[in-house]
Amino acid sequence: MSTAEVTRTFDVAKVKADFPLLQRELKGGPIHYLDSAASSQKPQVVIDAMTTYYETINANVHRGVYEIAEAATNALEASRVRVGRFIGAPNPETEVIFSKNATESLNLVARSWGGANLGPGDAVLLTQLEHHANIVPWFQLQAEKGFEIRWIPLTADAQLDLTDIDRLLDGVKLLALTAMSNVTGTLTPVRELTEKAHAAGALVCLDACQYVPHLATDVVSLGVDFAAFSGHKMLGPTGIGVLWGREALLDAMPTFLGGGGMILNVTLDGFTPAALPAKFEAGTPPVAEIIGLHAAVDYLDALGMDAVREHEVTITAYALRTLTERFGEALTIHGPAEPAARGGVLSLAMEGIHPHDLAQVLDEHAVCVRPGHHCAKPLMKVLGVGATARASFYVYNDTDDVDALADALGEAADFFSF
Amino acid sequence: MPGLEDLYREIILDHYRSPRNRGELETPPATRTEGFNPLCGDEIVVYLDVDASGTVGDIRIGGTGCSISQSSASMMSAAVKGKTLAEVRALTRAFKGMMSLHESSLDTDGESGEELDADGEPVEDVKLGDLEALRGVVKFPVRIKCATLAWNTLMQGVDEAAEAHPA
Repeated sequence: MSTAEVTRTFDVAKVKADFPLLQRELKGGPIHYLDSAASSQKPQVVIDAMTTYYETINANVHRGVYEIAEAATNALEASRVRVGRFIGAPNPETEVIFSKNATESLNLVARSWGGANLGPGDAVLLTQLEHHANIVPWFQLQAEKGFEIRWIPLTADAQLDLTDIDRLLDGVKLLALTAMSNVTGTLTPVRELTEKAHAAGALVCLDACQYVPHLATDVVSLGVDFAAFSGHKMLGPTGIGVLWGREALLDAMPTFLGGGGMILNVTLDGFTPAALPAKFEAGTPPVAEIIGLHAAVDYLDALGMDAVREHEVTITAYALRTLTERFGEALTIHGPAEPAARGGVLSLAMEGIHPHDLAQVLDEHAVCVRPGHHCAKPLMKVLGVGATARASFYVYNDTDDVDALADALGEAADFFSF
Repeated sequence: MPGLEDLYREIILDHYRSPRNRGELETPPATRTEGFNPLCGDEIVVYLDVDASGTVGDIRIGGTGCSISQSSASMMSAAVKGKTLAEVRALTRAFKGMMSLHESSLDTDGESGEELDADGEPVEDVKLGDLEALRGVVKFPVRIKCATLAWNTLMQGVDEAAEAHPA
């Protein structure tokens, strides 16, 4: 199958050409970057947007009155509105909080909302799919506040097992869940769970880190109360993340990090916090990264998020078919078998070969996959493995990348054949 | 550029396929220590039985890991059996010296020259034997932690055993 046949949504070869790093040769051939679930590559427009900022309007924001400071501030605020529109935020000017990454966004919800609203007798409901970023902050807070943490279990194919959901939600104040697993690619039924959670009197905090880059996102139709994601997984730079939250909730929450920029007034007796969104943005923000994220969102919107999703379903289906045909039962692919039920993330287990060794052999063929527990150790335990080798797809991956993965897996099987 | 054959020597694959001293020992008298590689999720358990004279009477290895961590643990278990705790410490220093970057630069094969420990100090003349096969790991820096996991875990066990059997 040629690349052109794989997707009619956009020309993958043309997309690939937009990414300077993917033009590199590695080990005497093209690089097969299959680790976008960890961090995506960046198109030239994102790199250029950041460079242009530094070369033309670099100045601190929200302070200076001179022309370039004002231009930098305007560029930052334009990005906020643009990013907000990208996820369907009703009030992007106030509801889009810039953070360092999704991890910091989730910590903000835990520390600020959780700190003010959770105590003994309360419960937080998580799922066994969660990344450590949506587990550890709750454990940290639990140690101080003494609430209960519950877990939604999984079915055999790593989907949420909702058999007991009504009992699990009883008395829960917050459901914090991933929209898409970074290990198995499992898409969770966010809308359905949000309705149930709200009916049970709970709020919903969505870890949308693997979702926003890959599927059209509308926080209003998803119904969630908070959503966290990172710029670097959606073609943007590292060091910039987003927390979206309902305005009334954010407004009522106590401040998170303290410092410059987040105050209305400071006296010798105390401080008065600024209004949203500044209230949650202490210190000089990563202006270049925020501007880079704007360019990334523009790039994704130009491709069209429905087309992005269609491309990823197609490439995932091709990968599932190719790998299953070639390796049969010697290769386990964790997670849902149906491409429509998952994102483009394949956690692989090759019989008799540890993921670390597998990834090492793949590296010899310039196939970049990630071995390890993917910051989801509880999920690893449920899957009954210590680690997996994870291949993940994005807009620039084509069937050549999948074929290279399959060939390299074949080499690994030969190399370690017992 | 280092190739896979630098990393996966035949003897390493042999120990990976047929690990020596796998299993558990009764605790006490044996000590049980666990080691984790937080990066890759590998876990190793070292059971160490030290007799009254301060000699390793028996050792068993549990846990899961890649070929490098498992073969290193297997070779380690074979190497330390019957050695005194002082000898085990010296062997560990020598092994970790071999695994330290400044001792064996990435450009040379590191086969000659004075052996330095992890602090850059010369180490006493210790025969590494089969463990020499793991020398190539230094050329793959992210895998060094795989090779040293068992040894760091062993050292915890040795410290515990030393407290129980003061020399």
